[in-house]
Amino acid sequence: MTLDTVTGSAPVQATRTDLLDVQNLRVDFTSRAGRTQVVRDVSFTLAPGEVLCILGESGSGKSVTLRALMRLLPQGRSEITGQVSFQGEDVLAMPRRALNGLRGARISMIFQEPMTALDPVFTIGDQIAETVIRHTGVSRDKAMARALELLELVRIPSPERRLRAYPHELSGGLRQRAMIAVSLSCYPQLLLADEPTTALDATVQIQVLILLKQLQQDLGMGTIFVTHDLGVAAQIADKIAVMYAGRIVEYGSAEEVLLNPSHPYARGMLASTVSGQARDRDISAIPGSPPDLRALPPGCAFAPRCAFATDLCRRTEPGLTPRGTFGHVLCHHAQDLASPALVGATVTAT
Amino acid sequence: MSEMTTNHAIAAQIPGEDVPRGERRSYWANVRERLGHDPVTLFFMGVIGAAVGAALLAPWVAPHDPYATSMLARLRPVGTEGHLLGTDELGRDMLSRLIWGARTSLLMGILPVLVALVIGGFLGVIAGFMGGAVNMVVMRIMDVFYAFPSVLLAVAISGTLGGGMGSGLLALTLVFIPSLCRVAETAASQIRGLDFVDAARASGAPVYSIIVTHVVGNVLPPVLIYASSLISVSILLAAGLSFLGLGVSPPTADWGQMLSSLRQGIYMQPLVCALPGLAILIVSLSFNLVSDGLRQAMDIKS
Repeated sequence: MTLDTVTGSAPVQATRTDLLDVQNLRVDFTSRAGRTQVVRDVSFTLAPGEVLCILGESGSGKSVTLRALMRLLPQGRSEITGQVSFQGEDVLAMPRRALNGLRGARISMIFQEPMTALDPVFTIGDQIAETVIRHTGVSRDKAMARALELLELVRIPSPERRLRAYPHELSGGLRQRAMIAVSLSCYPQLLLADEPTTALDATVQIQVLILLKQLQQDLGMGTIFVTHDLGVAAQIADKIAVMYAGRIVEYGSAEEVLLNPSHPYARGMLASTVSGQARDRDISAIPGSPPDLRALPPGCAFAPRCAFATDLCRRTEPGLTPRGTFGHVLCHHAQDLASPALVGATVTAT
Repeated sequence: MSEMTTNHAIAAQIPGEDVPRGERRSYWANVRERLGHDPVTLFFMGVIGAAVGAALLAPWVAPHDPYATSMLARLRPVGTEGHLLGTDELGRDMLSRLIWGARTSLLMGILPVLVALVIGGFLGVIAGFMGGAVNMVVMRIMDVFYAFPSVLLAVAISGTLGGGMGSGLLALTLVFIPSLCRVAETAASQIRGLDFVDAARASGAPVYSIIVTHVVGNVLPPVLIYASSLISVSILLAAGLSFLGLGVSPPTADWGQMLSSLRQGIYMQPLVCALPGLAILIVSLSFNLVSDGLRQAMDIKS
């Protein structure tokens, strides 16, 4: 079952100029103990200059999805199937050399931990220049000049000096900016950001987020932003995909998903945010904890925690129900739950 | 001295500000600068430099022929006229023999460690970075060598090969490979899991260039420091082999061998007989202290 058959004559099919088209992505981790499905049936598309936010709690498969797109998962211990086409090229079938040409030049990635994502024994300038030289073959001096430009681009104060600084000499926020500079070094068309603001202080988070949004617009990059912060998603996303237990349970435009969520999990998540309610009211939470991916329940993975679960949910896995112009919801009762009357009910039920 | 301390204080207040603008500051320039503030390490580096210089310039520096015997002037005390450090049991000049002995002792101390550093470091980096089956095979082979005490292993190898300098060098090299390999493997396998290796892959770096730049760059400091501490061990082991008659053969001057043959005179001229041992002590101590200083200077995060 592909997304296209579900969405029918949606405009997605018309835009064949998609930057990224992911169909039925599936990632299995294999070990001596057996095989674990970490990501299943993940399908989405991304147009140039668009921002997709992948939301979900820890262990829901967000980061794995992102790494799978670049084939960064350890070979031999993981198996990626499905289709990932980037500008019409099949990334999963690409030979190693072509993949190395793609990585860092046309697709690049920002990592979560600025502490460990920069090599401690090389200066910031060297690390940016390394990628520039690899992909453009320019001289060292030219690459360093480019590195300086990039540090100015990400608004690092006194960039000449920071060029010669080692990662440990910078603060967390500056380090993350340097990391962003490294990933932008060849002006990629697709930027994959794996929780780039999670490890930072709240004030620095906003700064980095605003910077990223601005750079994304200025450079027209397609961006996939993994986060578990709803506020971040609301600020920057065009599209939102909510992941739970390795599957996308709800996918649609940011407005649709945030203002009118259909999946009970997405609803629960939104209901558990603080947004100007009375101080004495408890924040509603989703009961229970996420399932063990090695022992998923036979039916819907969310059924044990869902307030609307029926026998059907516990017996069989739900398929994709289309929603909005291009999105989908992974729920047996998506149609019944779509009525606004139930949105309020969720809050009281959970 | 006071100028140095003020420099220090400024450097501590504004990290990175003590370097003039426009000057590219490499890692090694940094290390050199930090060593400049460490007088103890500098002093012992000077001691090593003096020993190496004396060894290299032995034919010109040594006052006498180290092999010229004299039946009349045997076991003279330290301070004898013409023989500053006395003479040995065959009447040979001790100072000259110590200087010539530095050649073999330093060679036996440094060369095996260097060769073992290259071989062990290479194996360790491959094993640590590749992990899995490669790691298993390499490290278990190293464990076989580890099962023997190092002195016993060195004695066994050089004994089997029939003694002499060449077999001594080979024996010492084989003794040091496993431990250097293990240090390199530990460092490399720690790096393998870090994000910057993934980040390098994500920026399109092929595996060999990741190993050459990021892995070697991070593995080199700990391995170099460990290797520098092994030089003193190597000098001691080499002396031990010579003492047992497995290293350098008799007429050649070598500290361990001298210590062995001077045993007979220990009641007559204890100070003279202790001189080769003293030389071994000073040189190996210097290497240890310098290695300690290097460890501090090379730790980039301090």
